Amino acid sequence: MQASATPRHPALNYLPALLITLVTLLPVGVVLSSLLQPAGDVWQHLLDNLLLELTLNTLWLMLGVGAGSAILGVSLAWLTAACHFPGRRFFSWAMMLPLAMPTYVLAFTLIGLLEFTGPLQTWLRGFGDIGGFPNIRSRGGVILVMSLALYPYVYLLCRNAFLTQGRRLLEVAQSLGYSPRRGFWQLALPMARPWIVGGVSLVLMETLADFGTVATFNYDTFTTGIYKAWYAMFSLPAASQLASLLLLLALGLMLAELRLRRGRQYNAAGRGDPALPLLLTGWRAWLASAWCVLILSTAFLIPLAQLLIWAWQVAATDLDQRYLYFVGHSLLLAGLAALLITAASLVLAYLARNNRHWGMQLLTRLATLGYAVPGAVLAVGAFIPVAWLDNLLIDSLRPWLSNPPTQIIKGTLFAMLVAYMARFLAVGYQPVESALQRITPNQEYAARSLGVSGLSLLRRLHLPMLRGGLLTGLLLVFVDVMKEMPITLMTRPFGWDTLAIRVFEMTSEGEWQRAALPSVALVLVGLLPVILLMRNSEKT
Amino acid sequence: MKRIAALVSLSLLSGVVAAESVTVYSARNDQLVKPLFDAFSKETGIEVRTLTDKEGPLLEKLKAEGANTPADVLLTVDAGNLWAAANAGLLKPVQSATLAANIPAHLRDPGNQWFGLSVRARTMFYNKIKLKPSDLSTYEDLANVKWKGKLCLRTSKKVYNQSLVGMLIEENGEAKTEQIVKGWVANLATDPLPDDTKLLEAIAAGQCDVGIANTYYFGRLIEKKKDLPVGLFWANQQAGGVHVNISGAGVTRHAKNEKAAIRLIEWMSSEKAQNLVADINLEYPANPKVKPDPLVASWGTFKQNQINVNKAGENQVAATKLMDRAGYR
Repeated sequence: MQASATPRHPALNYLPALLITLVTLLPVGVVLSSLLQPAGDVWQHLLDNLLLELTLNTLWLMLGVGAGSAILGVSLAWLTAACHFPGRRFFSWAMMLPLAMPTYVLAFTLIGLLEFTGPLQTWLRGFGDIGGFPNIRSRGGVILVMSLALYPYVYLLCRNAFLTQGRRLLEVAQSLGYSPRRGFWQLALPMARPWIVGGVSLVLMETLADFGTVATFNYDTFTTGIYKAWYAMFSLPAASQLASLLLLLALGLMLAELRLRRGRQYNAAGRGDPALPLLLTGWRAWLASAWCVLILSTAFLIPLAQLLIWAWQVAATDLDQRYLYFVGHSLLLAGLAALLITAASLVLAYLARNNRHWGMQLLTRLATLGYAVPGAVLAVGAFIPVAWLDNLLIDSLRPWLSNPPTQIIKGTLFAMLVAYMARFLAVGYQPVESALQRITPNQEYAARSLGVSGLSLLRRLHLPMLRGGLLTGLLLVFVDVMKEMPITLMTRPFGWDTLAIRVFEMTSEGEWQRAALPSVALVLVGLLPVILLMRNSEKT
Repeated sequence: MKRIAALVSLSLLSGVVAAESVTVYSARNDQLVKPLFDAFSKETGIEVRTLTDKEGPLLEKLKAEGANTPADVLLTVDAGNLWAAANAGLLKPVQSATLAANIPAHLRDPGNQWFGLSVRARTMFYNKIKLKPSDLSTYEDLANVKWKGKLCLRTSKKVYNQSLVGMLIEENGEAKTEQIVKGWVANLATDPLPDDTKLLEAIAAGQCDVGIANTYYFGRLIEKKKDLPVGLFWANQQAGGVHVNISGAGVTRHAKNEKAAIRLIEWMSSEKAQNLVADINLEYPANPKVKPDPLVASWGTFKQNQINVNKAGENQVAATKLMDRAGYR
């Protein structure tokens, strides 16, 4: 794509990009800074005993979850966006619901239902030997659970793409004699590539960073290796070296993603009318419904039912007025973070679009790297510079105060929000950036020729066309922040507990049943924006 | 509820209110420590502020905050974590006759930087239909080929197992311990389980005959399901004794309210508070003068391993590496 506009002061454009990127790079840099210290025998130990297995396990997981979430996300998005079958209107928003379910919660409930001691196998054993029952605590099991939990990222982005491709695309395809199947494989799917790639790369980054789920499965990845080196062997350098390998993988992902999109324009064909529904009939229609029911039940309804049963058992003792605070805090934090991060994403994506210099492209990509870093590692990386700044401030105040405070910036919402931004920028950036690709250079030329430029161009041309992408970004960040644990734990002010913190409190002593109550609350509160968003995207 | 609201508003105003207070960084969760601290505040008038997080991040937080930490007390589980905190220079020695009298020597730091407040015993559990107590003897015995396909273990990534293997290293030396752990791995009935509750359920369902877990997980299960076919066996009674670990506390190096901090820890070790400390999670009081919860007492008395729990921390790295080499995941 050629440069659509040459800014007059490129250096000025770099300043905001640099600032936003710094927020991410600082914590990552802090984590990597101990890379240069010798890790000595711990590293040698990892090399001799674990590294090969960790690498293979991580790669298998990425391959499996990438493919699994793509198949689930794309198929469901195509069905609900372009086809007509029983229950389509319901499924079009319901298939988003698993987004509200934290991955580790899904893992725990599905394992509980399907393992040897679970109700299903116990019931089956009543009829005789079931030696061949597949083991849920396996590579296949962890891939299945993570694909079910993470496909909504692909679904949401991809559905947006199919909806905005416009019905004329498919009308043209049909008038040229393309069958609906050929229209999907040769036109709709290739044209949705930035969205699919964007969604899958979010899934892969989340997979790389995940600790809770793989720990529940006892499936060893780079992340569990990092935790082991850091907390069991007290070797920050060895943990850093593992983390840098993980970041290399994430960078490789980004390059692959950029390559997959290069040299193509993905502009909307005609106005963004909703795609013409392809009428599915007979067994095909029922198959489509059955597929949706199957995914929705395993990824959401069955685990939710299990959570509700557990929550009901403890509600009498555990549910009290404090839950109002927890819900309020969760909503406030997630809402503020969603606004801040989506705004920053818009700035970044806009700058990257208008400045094709490799320096700017690299900067904007680096800014999204934090999503691939394990949460607890990034939390520490974000806290260290904040504490350092605080120490500096407090020490400079010391001569004037008899009783200096122990915290100024740390333990404030501001510090929390900055740390969230370092972690979740990718989540806001992907949908916003993909949506920006929908706006043709011609539309911008036309607007400019009418004398509309700068901020006014953003407001009058871009924002209205970006509405879907911005809403998607807001929603994804909102739900992700609601579920986030390590950063919230590390940076929250005293007494500032959220629903996710409550989940942590219960699970930290292995009391999963009691954790069901805050988990259910988390899922229910997270559902509101999902439903709001889906209603909105139906309207457009 | 009013008390909670009051506490929230108090903590918000704590910069203004001059009342004596103490700030605790706690890896023990809120519902375990809250009743305890409320009782302390009621008795002494000292306000307690808590911030919970996992052990690792709490230590990193203390390190990063340095001299400007608001924390006066670090409260956590596992001697390994307390040892790591002391080793990183985050705690300060406390000379207290009360603590020396209340807490047995093997449950506190020889350098007086931290003190055990409750005891967590890690012992053997068996399926009562398949085994008799006389079939069992020691942790080491579980490496014997007669247990092939009959043993359940929790993941080696849990610090409890790192501490247990650390103690075995202390008693048997590294080479012999590695043979024992390799024997365990060869005897596994299924891949290592993610937590002790799952392990006990696997024993109950007959997936395996025997396993190692902390007693309070057993207590929680048995409270809910009295007829669970799982029995508790006190390991190594003819040898060194059952492996015990602690939950404990220390005063931070840069504590601003040192006197109140010491008072809190001393109070937690006292006879009137020990039941509050231990019973809520079905653990054993660290103070030997105090009787455990009736359910816990019903499991009988046992010989504790007398090696200082400090060794669990010292040997943690060696134990972790050893388990990796032995293929214990």
